[in-house]
Amino acid sequence: MPLLEVTDLRTSFHTRNGVYRAVDGVSFTLAKGETLGLVGESGSGKSVTCYSLMGLVPQPPGRIESGTAMFDGTDLLHCSPAQARAIRGKRLAMIFQDPMTSLNPYLRIADQLIEPLLIHEKISRPAALARGLAMLEAVGINDAAQRLQAYPHEFSGGMRQRVMIAMALITRPEILIADEPTTALDVTVQAQILELIKKLQQEFQMAVIFVTHDLGVVSGLCDRVQVMYAGRIVETADTRTLFRAPRHPYTQALQRSIPSLQPKGRDLYTIPGLPPDLSKPNAGCAFADRCAAVTDRCHATAPGLLPVSATQATACLRVQAQEI
Amino acid sequence: MSSPILQLNDVQTHFPVESGFLFRHQTGTIKAVDGITLHVQRGEVLGLVGESGCGKSTLARTIMQLVPTTAGTVLLEGRNLTAASAAELLVARRDLQMIFQDPFASLNPRLTVYATLAEPLLVHRVVPPEQVRARVVALAEKVGLSSQVLGKYPHEFSGGQRQRIAIARALALEPKVIIADEPVSALDVSIQAQILNLLAQLCREMNLTLIFIAHDLSVVKHISDRIAVMYLGKIVELGPATDVMERPRHPYTQALVSAIPHLDPDLLRRSPRLVLAGDPPSPLHPPTGCAFHPRCPHVQPQCRTTTPPLQLAEPQRHVACLRLNEI
Repeated sequence: MPLLEVTDLRTSFHTRNGVYRAVDGVSFTLAKGETLGLVGESGSGKSVTCYSLMGLVPQPPGRIESGTAMFDGTDLLHCSPAQARAIRGKRLAMIFQDPMTSLNPYLRIADQLIEPLLIHEKISRPAALARGLAMLEAVGINDAAQRLQAYPHEFSGGMRQRVMIAMALITRPEILIADEPTTALDVTVQAQILELIKKLQQEFQMAVIFVTHDLGVVSGLCDRVQVMYAGRIVETADTRTLFRAPRHPYTQALQRSIPSLQPKGRDLYTIPGLPPDLSKPNAGCAFADRCAAVTDRCHATAPGLLPVSATQATACLRVQAQEI
Repeated sequence: MSSPILQLNDVQTHFPVESGFLFRHQTGTIKAVDGITLHVQRGEVLGLVGESGCGKSTLARTIMQLVPTTAGTVLLEGRNLTAASAAELLVARRDLQMIFQDPFASLNPRLTVYATLAEPLLVHRVVPPEQVRARVVALAEKVGLSSQVLGKYPHEFSGGQRQRIAIARALALEPKVIIADEPVSALDVSIQAQILNLLAQLCREMNLTLIFIAHDLSVVKHISDRIAVMYLGKIVELGPATDVMERPRHPYTQALVSAIPHLDPDLLRRSPRLVLAGDPPSPLHPPTGCAFHPRCPHVQPQCRTTTPPLQLAEPQRHVACLRLNEI
């Protein structure tokens, strides 16, 4: 049985300019200890998917229109606030993109770090502090005992992201959702943080949903990858298959437009056009307007995400018909 | 070889750090650019890489003379920009233009695309007023914008299109040198590829000299002829782009190259990554000797006391490392 099973999640935002279907029928499962990559460009719905699971979508203007997310017998999308509080921050934790703004500047690191413990466990403050200290050491912060008393502004970006990770993991969650945790960091620090997440995941045996727009980050870290486009999952496969044999035209185009895979001096492959406006109804495939392999059918029928091999599923009518 | 179009000779840009409320006094100096000598040839694409805070943007602003130079000279076709008057600088900037990182912040939200592109033409009086419209239309087409969008405002465009407007604005005066400060960092991969292609194509067509600043090495490698790697205000390695990426000599460049996430999962699992310990040092309290020594895996006692000069390591390759021949 999977640890988390999301079925037909639809989240939309009701604005004066219309209804934006940010997440439009997303279904996936996450197994215990698995690392799942969620890849897509900005506006593809990858962050909103995570926010929906964590109950962080502001309502209004957001609205979760349909779907279920079963986690150990509880539907995260329809449970009572009390049930949600018991799970969120304890068994399901999240780290965010920007370590500069996700810590409270007025509180010492110690107070922020042990807050989840004090809320979720029957533990005394000294015992919580001891766990906090051990956790700070585990994420590789030197002089952890002194650093506990510091304020966030005394830390560098990489160190703050380490504190965020320590905070998220202090209750030993079963699932960690990491929303672009390294995007705001320098490459050398990004490498450190990725190694750290990998190490702690093995130690804690937790499942990770890793959201990123960088295919390179995914390839070193994830077991399985889901590619999102315009609020839908267009392709899912184990990491090696996704990089070696992508089937969906969007995944293929995305890989071809990355500079490091291209011979130098040659023009990069580009995807023509722009992502679709999510407030306009679209009967067909969302990628049809930009797709090189488009046919008339693609504009009329929306493809479902169907398996094309044992480890790969693709939402493309032409791949499913074995035409490409 | 012809003389370089742009010459930096031992350029230093320092910022004073002040504290105190009533009695301001200087408590330190940040050496954002600390002795850079660099010659850029006509038609060359020079990639400038480094982590945040290493001074690459300050170097760009120093070349543009948007910040005052503390010492050293910047020569554009032999003209000394550091000693130029305001009027001389205005003339020089016809040949020297800049593209900024954030296309959401670098365009005036209250000007239409037309007004944005016409402004440099009017300020510098490069064409008679009746020809401005035709020039603006030609510029827009050059960067792939249709003439129908000229009446729109920046907020009506996506990030990639805004960056095209910024590029058109930089090209309006037909400059000889363009400095692009992280022009694709704020864009998605597919849009990034479009902008990179556009820049490469424009460089070829107009014989532009481009200084391309980025923190993403694979992007820089793709577009550049030469790469300069900066660390804490200094150049630590300089050489042909492919060489530097494939055979980095300085330990910092080696770590940078190794930190690029690989797209081939198998390759990554075979060769373990060289992960640097620690954070980039604070420019307010730079380490003594070689600035990289606290994070360097090859550090020796001499590295803590002696600052390595940027020296010729092999033909066309300059490296600043004391242990160059041992590692």
